[in-house]
Amino acid sequence: MKSLGSIRRSFAPWTDPNAKPFISFENVTKRFGDFTAVDNLSLHVYEREFFALLGASGCGKSTLLRMLAGFEQPSSGRILLDGQDLAGIPPYRRPVNMMFQSYALFPHMTVEKNIAYGLKQDGMAKADIETRVAEMLKLVKLEQFARRKPHQLSGGQRQRVALARSVAKRPKVLLLDEPLGALDKKLREETQFELMDLQQQLGLTFMVVTHDQEEAMTMADRIAIMDKGKVIQVATPAEVYEAPSSRFVADFVGSVNIFEGRVAGRDEGRIEIATADGVTIRADDANAAGQGTVWYAVRPEKIRISSKRPENPALNAIEGEVWDIGYLGDMTVYNVKLASGQIVRSSELNRHRTSEDPLTWNDRAWLTFPADAGVVLTR
Amino acid sequence: MNRLSRFNIVSLVLGFAFLYIPILLLVIYSFNASRLVTVWGGFSTRWYASLLSNQQLIDAAWVTFRVAFLSASVATVLGTLAAIVLTRYTRFHGRILFTGMVFAPLVMPEVITGLSLLLLFVAIGLERGFMTITLAHITFSMCFVAVVVQSRLLSFDRSLEEAAQDLGATPTRTFFSVTLPVILPAIVAGWMLAFTLSLDDLVIASFTSGPGATTLPMRIYSQVRLGVTPEINAVSTILIGVVGVGVIIASLVNKRRDVQRRRDEQAAAQG
Repeated sequence: MKSLGSIRRSFAPWTDPNAKPFISFENVTKRFGDFTAVDNLSLHVYEREFFALLGASGCGKSTLLRMLAGFEQPSSGRILLDGQDLAGIPPYRRPVNMMFQSYALFPHMTVEKNIAYGLKQDGMAKADIETRVAEMLKLVKLEQFARRKPHQLSGGQRQRVALARSVAKRPKVLLLDEPLGALDKKLREETQFELMDLQQQLGLTFMVVTHDQEEAMTMADRIAIMDKGKVIQVATPAEVYEAPSSRFVADFVGSVNIFEGRVAGRDEGRIEIATADGVTIRADDANAAGQGTVWYAVRPEKIRISSKRPENPALNAIEGEVWDIGYLGDMTVYNVKLASGQIVRSSELNRHRTSEDPLTWNDRAWLTFPADAGVVLTR
Repeated sequence: MNRLSRFNIVSLVLGFAFLYIPILLLVIYSFNASRLVTVWGGFSTRWYASLLSNQQLIDAAWVTFRVAFLSASVATVLGTLAAIVLTRYTRFHGRILFTGMVFAPLVMPEVITGLSLLLLFVAIGLERGFMTITLAHITFSMCFVAVVVQSRLLSFDRSLEEAAQDLGATPTRTFFSVTLPVILPAIVAGWMLAFTLSLDDLVIASFTSGPGATTLPMRIYSQVRLGVTPEINAVSTILIGVVGVGVIIASLVNKRRDVQRRRDEQAAAQG
């Protein structure tokens, strides 16, 4: 059976029409003066889901998170958590906890005290607090740092303290605002997987805000791509990547080649697109394009590059000139210039240490891809 | 580091001489055996001994200390509250006017502050004495506290408070368990500033004091008008000593904390 992406999903409550959403944003709008940060947005998140809000800065993703935490009130619309309307409930009574981008560790308290803070507010018994704090310290592997103050810790350790503090109360939902933003690349990659393990272990619902698409793709069950206060697409990472709903999403997530053209012919769910280059692209038409301008979006790794014209007539083939080559070790990226001046990117995985068809700058090259390599977009 | 050139050394010496020669003279003459202030009659500590039997000076010192302690404490509370309101609640009408009005007493001539307070106390029929001096000192030192605390609050990371509330603390608990401890150094600094200001104020105290409430600066001033005695030099030397020790201790503590912090941060960054 064919599936989008390479992962078979075992957790997909959003496909079940009877599943009840855990968090619901219903027509939520948030205005700051003249500026509309969140624009009539509706969104559903399910229990135990790892949900990511992805967007450029200023797209309203953080505002959405802050409204759920109770730091901002929606100008209109409702936010429901487990069926309960959150309007009028102050942040300190909401069963959600947040991990702040700046970590917001209390500088005058030790690691222990920081983690115990929320438990103390709940009036938990002292012995229980101690047990829970020890458990949390173990969870984030900071047992020997319990007595340190935040300024005596490295960035990565601080991040763990912030995480331990925000999950110590076992909130229904954990909100994470750019949780890995302040870490260096290597630490970030390790921590991504740790966060996923933690979420599995604790069985919590995670809602993470990030501008880093790789981070969102790696960790999340579903991603909401946001732009100008609106949700553009909500889908699994594979769907977002392989079946973007618009040029914005295709371009925002990963790199993509977009060919603009008109629908020139139609044949059994397949259309022919006449591009500006005078090339005709045959494409699977899942989005049922009309007559106007359409865009064909295809990812670089779906395009093969070769010095010879392909023999198979069913493949799309475009000729161009090798303009730039980037050798990255695991793969090589070719930028090929077409007659119209458009640059098309193709990336080849270097599965072998040697190549039978090496290309160099200014070579003529053929780019080939099957009809189902990309998607036809109408907006 | 640059080595000191001759020019630097000369300007350094001149500058410090300008600042400290008068004080040094005063300290030296406080150990003068002679009754005449300007004639050296050998080393002696007799003026320090006679100080202990001068009940007037001791009373004045006690009044000054009480006024300073009380007014600094009240001014710190009021000044901190003013600073919090002015930095946090930025959306009320006339905030800029109020901010300006809090800071205006900083540049107001003391004579005017003193006179206006005197007029007020007379108008409402408040008997002048310990209470009126204290009230007057609260009035003018409050704005110094507000300035110090406000600058700390402006660099305060608001997400700390949000984190506390997010973890279940009510706004009141947030203030006492997070905000207050974090801005405490500024509040202490404000208190110390207010205390010192009250300690050495002469003008405002003269306007607002009444019989039975004479502060040390007033007492010294009135004695000097009758002629400077070596006793006054002795009192002044003790004051210089107290202030000097206080400043040195404060800066040493600060320095040590700084060094410790830097070492901690380096250690943390390495492992």
